[in-house]
Amino acid sequence: MSDVITAQFVELDLPATDKTTVTRLLAQRLADGGRVTDLDGFLADVAAREEQMPTGLEGGIGIPHARSAHVTEATLAFGRCAEGVDFGASDGPARHIFLIAAPDSGGSEHLKILASLARRLVHASFREALDQAPDAASAADLIRKEIAS
Amino acid sequence: MNIVAVTSCPTGIAHTYMAAEALEQAAKAAGHTIHVETQGSAGLDAVSPEVIAAADAVIFAADVEVRERQRFDGKPLVTGTVKDGINHADDLVARAVAAAEKAPAGSTSAAAAPDLVTKTEEGASFGTQLRGWLMTGVSYMIPFVAAGGLLIALAFIIGGGDVVNQVNGGTYNGKEYEAITDVSTILSEVGIAGVLFKLGALAFGLLVPVLAGFIAFAMADRPGLAPGFVAGLVASEIGAGFLGGLVGGLLAGGLALWLSRIQVPAAVRGMMPVLVVPLLATAIVGFLMLQIVGPPIADLQTALTDWLNGLDGASSIVLGLILGGMMAVDLGGPVNKVAYTFGVAGVASGSFGPMAAVMVAGMTPPIAMALATVLRPKLFNDAERKAGESAWLLGGSFITEGAIPFAAADPLRVLPSAILGSAAAGALVMALDVTSRAPHGGIWVVGLIGNPLGYILAILLGTGITAAAVIALKSHGARKAGSPDGAAAAATSTARPAAQF
Repeated sequence: MSDVITAQFVELDLPATDKTTVTRLLAQRLADGGRVTDLDGFLADVAAREEQMPTGLEGGIGIPHARSAHVTEATLAFGRCAEGVDFGASDGPARHIFLIAAPDSGGSEHLKILASLARRLVHASFREALDQAPDAASAADLIRKEIAS
Repeated sequence: MNIVAVTSCPTGIAHTYMAAEALEQAAKAAGHTIHVETQGSAGLDAVSPEVIAAADAVIFAADVEVRERQRFDGKPLVTGTVKDGINHADDLVARAVAAAEKAPAGSTSAAAAPDLVTKTEEGASFGTQLRGWLMTGVSYMIPFVAAGGLLIALAFIIGGGDVVNQVNGGTYNGKEYEAITDVSTILSEVGIAGVLFKLGALAFGLLVPVLAGFIAFAMADRPGLAPGFVAGLVASEIGAGFLGGLVGGLLAGGLALWLSRIQVPAAVRGMMPVLVVPLLATAIVGFLMLQIVGPPIADLQTALTDWLNGLDGASSIVLGLILGGMMAVDLGGPVNKVAYTFGVAGVASGSFGPMAAVMVAGMTPPIAMALATVLRPKLFNDAERKAGESAWLLGGSFITEGAIPFAAADPLRVLPSAILGSAAAGALVMALDVTSRAPHGGIWVVGLIGNPLGYILAILLGTGITAAAVIALKSHGARKAGSPDGAAAAATSTARPAAQF
């Protein structure tokens, strides 16, 4: 089982544009890393989920996500954006963006990892630690450790 | 304060778990105990019935329908979106506490243990699992038995015993009837009793499919439903009765479960539960039932019929004994049908004793089970006790199917008991020269019964024997394996909700 996140899937300086653009930037990293087989197909699945209900959450979080046939295994991409990108949360733009890619079926081990990640997201201390991460590798390390704890 | 919460969201990979975490944090901060059931895609960790029973309030933070929500019926409930659960968890917890405090005392105990959910957890012993599967099928079947059976009984009460023949054709008390082919004319031709009978008969048609379908569902979840239902339909079609339904349901569920566990490439994995597994399991089990189970049943029926017809020389008491026992062997299955057909054929040829024997023998199993649930309620679980309530009237109306819920849940103890009592009742009918000119109707056609006193005596004798036998057998089993109530409680305590049903 591959790591759910590595430095390759972290972008600490996302441009302050819009959610479609930053989602594509993060998804591109997943595609480059072989976790997403069809970038546009995956983005369409994410957009479809986003249309049901925006995934922005209070506390400056955006969690675009989808279960998609174009995902090879459950993977997380993390992006930080100092100015924030609007993900539809009531209290303002998202500064932490977690793009969650889950395969269409099977692999409940991976889904459990995503579940425990989702649980960690709720904790403000986790997000503050992510703010302090100096580089992509340490951010990825931090997330992996949090999930394992 | 004890709180139970359910979180769920459309995708089931993120919000569900965030809301669960937020609710747990909020409840902890406010000094409450909380159990959260996450209905997401990483499996479902169902809160146990005990936890639900102990809860003071329930929170649903859900954007999709909460699965098995009836488990929480009767509890003070607050609902919100899954985002409310994440962003305003403390608010939801506060509302739940307020709802619990506002609720009238005692209302929190109103939520009954989920008697319909007896699905067993993997890892339990095979015997416990098997009992759980059978009980799941039985508990879903009971409403069909009750509704269908009571409709038919009502039709007899309103329309008399010949209502069956007015709808289905045949001979009744020496009179020939034409079957009604266009159901829309039943009301004008036969009246309301005919309609009630037809509805009851249709509901009964679902009895075996529902039994088989939900046995398979208990084993393999949703992929088992279609193969199970079809296996049950085939069992009805080949006249295999509820025992055929049990076999078909177990086969279908086992096969669907096995097929679901085959590792397949990711590309087809999504198609497995809704397409591949149901298709293959339905085709294979259906074929087996039709081709492997069907022919021997037909052969058996032919052989039994020939054997009965060859019994001319035997004493009538022995014939009554045999006919009575056959009625209870499978409670509406192939052997029962042979005995019943023999009785009806007798009526047509002017010999009314065998008909009375099969009728009494078909009445005693449900009445006896009803009696047993009243005499020794602890030997039966909640679903069975409820089935017992309607079994009185079903048995009284010669609707033998009223005993099927009991027999399907515990065939090895119930069927021998039923056979014993029915055989004795059949023999007594013949010994006392009881006759029946009606092919059905039970106590409602007592006017067409010759020697009504003997008829009643035979019913009482058969009922007494079967009830005593089943109580003895079940008590013995209880001493060996813990009380059935304990076993049922164990089954419910490991119950998990039916996935997405």
